[in-house]
Amino acid sequence: MIADRELEKRISPILARYAGRKGTVVPLLQDVQGEFGWLSPEAMQVVAEEVPLPLARLYGVASFYTHFYFQPRGKHVVRVCTGTACYIRGAPALVGRLEEELGIRAGETTADLSFTLETVNCVGCCALAPVVVVDDRVLRKRDHKKLWGWIRQERR
Amino acid sequence: MIRLSSVQAFGELREELVGVERKPQIRVCCGTGCRAAGAEEVFAALTAEASQRGLPVEVTSSGCQGWCERGPLVAVEHVPLLYLQVSPFDVATIVDLTLERGQPIERLLYQGDAGPVPWRDGIPFYRRQGRIILRNCGRIDPTDIRDYIRAGGYSALAKALGGMTPEGVIAEVKRSRLRGRGGAGFPTGRKWELCRAQRRTPKYIVCNGDEGDPGAFMDRSVLEGDPHAALEGMIIAAYAVGDVQEGFIYVRAEYPLAVKHLTLAIAQAEELGLLGKNILGSGLDFSIEVKRGAGAFVCGESTALMYSIEGQRGMPRESPFRSVERGLWGMPTVLNNVKTFASVPLIIDHGADWFTGIGTEGSPGTQVFALTGKVKNTGLVEIPMGITIRELVHEMGGGLPRGRCKAVQIGGPSGGCIPEALFDTPIDFDSLQEMGAMMGSGGLVVMDDADCMVAVARFFLAFTQQESCGKCTPCRVGTYQMLRIMDRIVDGRGEAGDIERLQDLGRWIAETSLCGLGRTAPNPVLTTIRYFRDEYEAHIRDRRCPAGACRSPGGFRIADEECVRCGLCQDACPDDAIFVRRDGFSIDPEFCTGCGRCVGACPVAAVVRTEEVAV
Repeated sequence: MIADRELEKRISPILARYAGRKGTVVPLLQDVQGEFGWLSPEAMQVVAEEVPLPLARLYGVASFYTHFYFQPRGKHVVRVCTGTACYIRGAPALVGRLEEELGIRAGETTADLSFTLETVNCVGCCALAPVVVVDDRVLRKRDHKKLWGWIRQERR
Repeated sequence: MIRLSSVQAFGELREELVGVERKPQIRVCCGTGCRAAGAEEVFAALTAEASQRGLPVEVTSSGCQGWCERGPLVAVEHVPLLYLQVSPFDVATIVDLTLERGQPIERLLYQGDAGPVPWRDGIPFYRRQGRIILRNCGRIDPTDIRDYIRAGGYSALAKALGGMTPEGVIAEVKRSRLRGRGGAGFPTGRKWELCRAQRRTPKYIVCNGDEGDPGAFMDRSVLEGDPHAALEGMIIAAYAVGDVQEGFIYVRAEYPLAVKHLTLAIAQAEELGLLGKNILGSGLDFSIEVKRGAGAFVCGESTALMYSIEGQRGMPRESPFRSVERGLWGMPTVLNNVKTFASVPLIIDHGADWFTGIGTEGSPGTQVFALTGKVKNTGLVEIPMGITIRELVHEMGGGLPRGRCKAVQIGGPSGGCIPEALFDTPIDFDSLQEMGAMMGSGGLVVMDDADCMVAVARFFLAFTQQESCGKCTPCRVGTYQMLRIMDRIVDGRGEAGDIERLQDLGRWIAETSLCGLGRTAPNPVLTTIRYFRDEYEAHIRDRRCPAGACRSPGGFRIADEECVRCGLCQDACPDDAIFVRRDGFSIDPEFCTGCGRCVGACPVAAVVRTEEVAV
């Protein structure tokens, strides 16, 4: 039973794509999250009824993976790579500076929902280390200087 | 394109494609690395400029050409010329001089000791490489199946389906002594044979592209730059194993471009009848589905990966059965790495003897390394097994930009650190194991004397501790306890006996953990203790970090009376820790990591180390 009409309208095409197939829990959640940006309790409830799986089991699966979010995310996502090569070339200090600039810790979202800051283990751009990924765009070291101006501009 | 209904039809298509006279190719590297450096803008500008002037050339985007450090790369193949670090502003000059008049632009070429070098064969980074797995990366357009076929692609599949029995395929792979390129090095032919012998059906083929090791990106390059190579290997495996209808490629969530190219490649292969029902009229039915990972390192472990595909928590499970007996959905499954599958077509095409002629006796073939860290030429290199670490770092990598090389970390968080003294050991599966490291994913991070080995070991341990799925106690609790000890050593609060405690714990964790993640997690700590015990002792006994990395902030100071206010130190600082005051420069201790680059950058030696600070 879906209470929220809006939710139903957006979620049912996704559910229809996976109906009757096996091994679909993870891709289903990925697509639902792709639609809404995060996994709300209501959306989780709908998916659990559809799969079907007890809600606790569904949360068990989803919470295992770091790419599922149970809180709303910022408009922009800033991800700092902390893989080996980036670590060696100074990623920890970069995380510190971003935390200070945004006033949040890594893994958190600013109160105005403008930025989410997180660390990621490796984006596979080790040759350009240290790298920051801003909304799926990879910034190499040379471009970091632009980052600070842009953040301030966005937050204004 | 029409669906091919027989091996003959494929042969005809191939002849046709090869026979067509092609315009000279200009390949702009559009791998993730070069994209970050602005390759897409270069590609767009070059395409527009060339078509506007009506030049008889074809500008195409290629996958990763390997030398990410010098990206964006532009290869003008007909001359041939390799341009490095091309910016959109260079496009007009390239079209004017090179494409119109055939002249090289010297400033965009690699500068060797004896002047500019035009092409790959003269550049140390490329010269020693033998590209098998990366054969097509950067040389074809990954979004066009015809380019792959032109380069010899799918002819191994045609050969297998047209004239080889499944047993014959397995025998050939066995004879090549190909070992799994995922890190463990299990013989591939043997795996396929074991799976074929299983009676239960259906069986599955799974390709592991969950390249989670920080510092490794070769699977990404293959999937982005040559997706069909992995697909072809999988189809050949499906034919060899038999009773397989479905296959899965598990790709990391951090690799969106790889997912895009793979999805496209699968669609094109289906259209041509190289995937789907009755492949090339042979009666083989096989389809491949891409599964996106959701961010869990442990899913690179085979049992965890299969649970993740099934839609469960990706936790490893102990079972008396191997995955070739009971894998995906409890059915016999062949699971191989991207690079393993990508090697198979060439073995079938050229024969096992050709393959065993490359590399060493115990480890034939090549291995791809991601050369990163403190080395001049970072990027992907593929070398025959048996080359030494010294050759890799100093010849192909071009040595270190500054400082003295201390060690390489090989194989990611499961691997170990190898000291400079052992650099003359040839690299293969077995020699690395003897040194306490492992091939792992092939990540190779170079470290200089400003890197503290204790801190590096702590970094890896923190990674595995965080990624431990928490199912088994040795890994969950053991790595946590090890990390606590490492934390206090790095912070200068180490106690006598900590080294022995770490060794003890490490051994227990390695012996009793459930899966490979836990079994190899202590490796970075154990190898650094083995080779760099003095650094641990300095931290514990003398409360001192010999590398000067684990310092309390403020290890450097700029002497105002010496400083000429040139600002080079500020440019050199990777952490933006140097800021401008009204009358000079200062180092912000909050952001200084003590890397010492400012010292090297200063022309008048105004940056001074304050003192050997207690850690």
